[in-house]
Amino acid sequence: MTQMNMVQAINDALRIAMRKDERVVVMGEDVGKVGGVFRVTSGLYDEFGDARVVDTPLSEGGIIGAAVGMALYGMIPVPEIQFSDFIWPAYDQIVSEVAKYRYRSGGEYTSKMVIRTPVGGGIRGGHYHSQHPEAQFIHVAGLKVVCPSNPYDAKGMLLASIADPDPVLFFEPKRVYRAAKGDVPEGEYTVPLESAAVVREGRHVTVIAYGAMLYEALDAAQKAAEQGIEAEVVDLRTLWPVDIETIIASVKRTGRLIIVHEAPKTCGFGSELVSLVCEKAFYHLEAPPVRVTGYDTPFPYTLEMEYLPLSHRILPAILDTARAV
Amino acid sequence: MIATRARALALLEQMFLIRRLEEKCAEVYSAGKIRGFLHLYIGEEAVAVGAMAALDAADNVVATYREHGHALARGLTPTAVMAEMYGKATGCSRGRGGSMHLFSTPHRFFGGHAIVGGGLPVAVGLALADSMLGREGVTACFFGDGAVDEGEFHESLNLAALWRLPVLFVCENNLYAMGTALERHESVTDLCVKPRAYGIPAENVDGMDLFAVEAATAHAVSEVRRHRSPFFLEAKTYRFRAHSMYDAEAYRSREEVAEWAQKHDPIDLAVAELTRRGLIDGAEPAAIDLRVRAAVERACEEADAAPLEPVGDLLRDVLAPEVG
Ligand SMILES: Cc1ncc(C[n+]2csc(CCOP(=O)(O)OP(=O)(O)O)c2C)c(N)n1
Ligand SMILES: [Mg+2]
Repeated sequence: MTQMNMVQAINDALRIAMRKDERVVVMGEDVGKVGGVFRVTSGLYDEFGDARVVDTPLSEGGIIGAAVGMALYGMIPVPEIQFSDFIWPAYDQIVSEVAKYRYRSGGEYTSKMVIRTPVGGGIRGGHYHSQHPEAQFIHVAGLKVVCPSNPYDAKGMLLASIADPDPVLFFEPKRVYRAAKGDVPEGEYTVPLESAAVVREGRHVTVIAYGAMLYEALDAAQKAAEQGIEAEVVDLRTLWPVDIETIIASVKRTGRLIIVHEAPKTCGFGSELVSLVCEKAFYHLEAPPVRVTGYDTPFPYTLEMEYLPLSHRILPAILDTARAV
Repeated sequence: MIATRARALALLEQMFLIRRLEEKCAEVYSAGKIRGFLHLYIGEEAVAVGAMAALDAADNVVATYREHGHALARGLTPTAVMAEMYGKATGCSRGRGGSMHLFSTPHRFFGGHAIVGGGLPVAVGLALADSMLGREGVTACFFGDGAVDEGEFHESLNLAALWRLPVLFVCENNLYAMGTALERHESVTDLCVKPRAYGIPAENVDGMDLFAVEAATAHAVSEVRRHRSPFFLEAKTYRFRAHSMYDAEAYRSREEVAEWAQKHDPIDLAVAELTRRGLIDGAEPAAIDLRVRAAVERACEEADAAPLEPVGDLLRDVLAPEVG
């Protein structure tokens, strides 16, 4: 075991995957010589050279499109989009090509790749360095979408994503890139995709969170406990396909549900989670499900701490939901 | 040609203003007063100042995220710009946007664009509207060498050429897109080749030379006005600071930066040229410098004193306000 932050853990996973399988190729803007804006690919260029750690021009559509071609050939591209806010020039390639190759070729071809991209606010990044656009990708059939919250999961889930037969969008919560630290095993291991983790047990209310907001949910749960309310906190880890069994099992225990995410509320991932719970556990619910989310606005510049669903907004939701009769 | 002494001095003053205001930005950024990513233009001042000097008030300007210089050269006040960066309600975008999102309707300043390449199609649209409405204006669109990599660049050039639109494309080629040198991100490094392939006339100019930029832009704009069709100007320039506030600059050597700063500083070059022409005396640059420093201090004080965007405004301007 070694203490690592998320940046180091992801870097470690990339290095292990690249040593093991020479089909794994990292590509993106400034991922090579510079080692990435957040240093996530640091050192890979020196070890693997410019043929496997490819500095690309500013061409997001081209990066993902080229990765599709490589994938059709059986290579395993791991493209990076520098900030998820810059993914939109590649959205066409992701939606029209990456997500649909397997389906429209009748399973003949797959464009298996792992698209890594930092997400989320709370770093004073302003409008275009802060967004959390998971819903726009979950909505597209043919993609897996993950968002680990800690170094152990980040490494294990990245290795699982690289081994997965399907394209994976790997969202990295940049607010906790360095702040989230923990023990990480040396060498290879995987954390299975599609498995949520109950990170705090409690019997009064289920709180679902992921990425950087997990820590806000945990903080709120701690404060709720001081007032006698036991919140169960579930770290989703994989957003799609979602581990609905773990969620339903928890909701059946607590009868109450809160969902926390940074993205705007309307048509956010929380909407889908509430629907699923209503479909599968409606008669177990004892209070209306609650979403604590970003507002239906573009990501703001100065008001980001008001926008984000931080602990001080989650706590009253926990208390109210737990006490609702 | 910059005709009069007064005008030459005014342009020099703009360059000083941009330089000092941005130095101040770096200082207050470290103190936490400016948020977000802050991209300084220091070293490239001659491009915005020289180019704006050749535009009229009726022309449109579209800029990038490295646009403080363009805003100031276009006539936005230091206070409006500084307050915006502070996120204050008195800023030119009401504190909504910050450094990368400066806007000003009276200056026909259609904004910074944080998405690389995002401004180019917008400029095409402004020019298309001008031509549809029978307006005379020209749209000047600034962008970096990195934007040339993006698909939007090529679509925009093609549209502007195909529809014969009055767009002046100004490429600020500072030799790097973030940490990637030009020859590592462009297959053909003579950027003028690309517009020519679309049938757009193109020229390059020494972007460190205020007078050369002004003359080249004046020529380019007159071509756009005369033919009502696009022109491409590549200004060869260099940024003296990091890409944004913090970057290890592992992609270029200290010597390279020092050489540019020592030999090609656009302010030094302009002062030397004005001196050579006998348009300026020895004491004037220092006097200008003092004046702009005072203006920058004032802008900071005013920004400091201004109110933040109120929390109640968080939901404002997502859609148009309800009427009635
Ligand atoms: C679509 C998109 N991709 C990536 C980025 C991140 N980014 C911001 S500036 C920049 C480099 C741009 O270089 P250039 O166009 O040469 O302008 P310069 O910064 O040199 O002025 C990059 C990669 C972005 N803002 N938008
Ligand atoms: Mg550049």
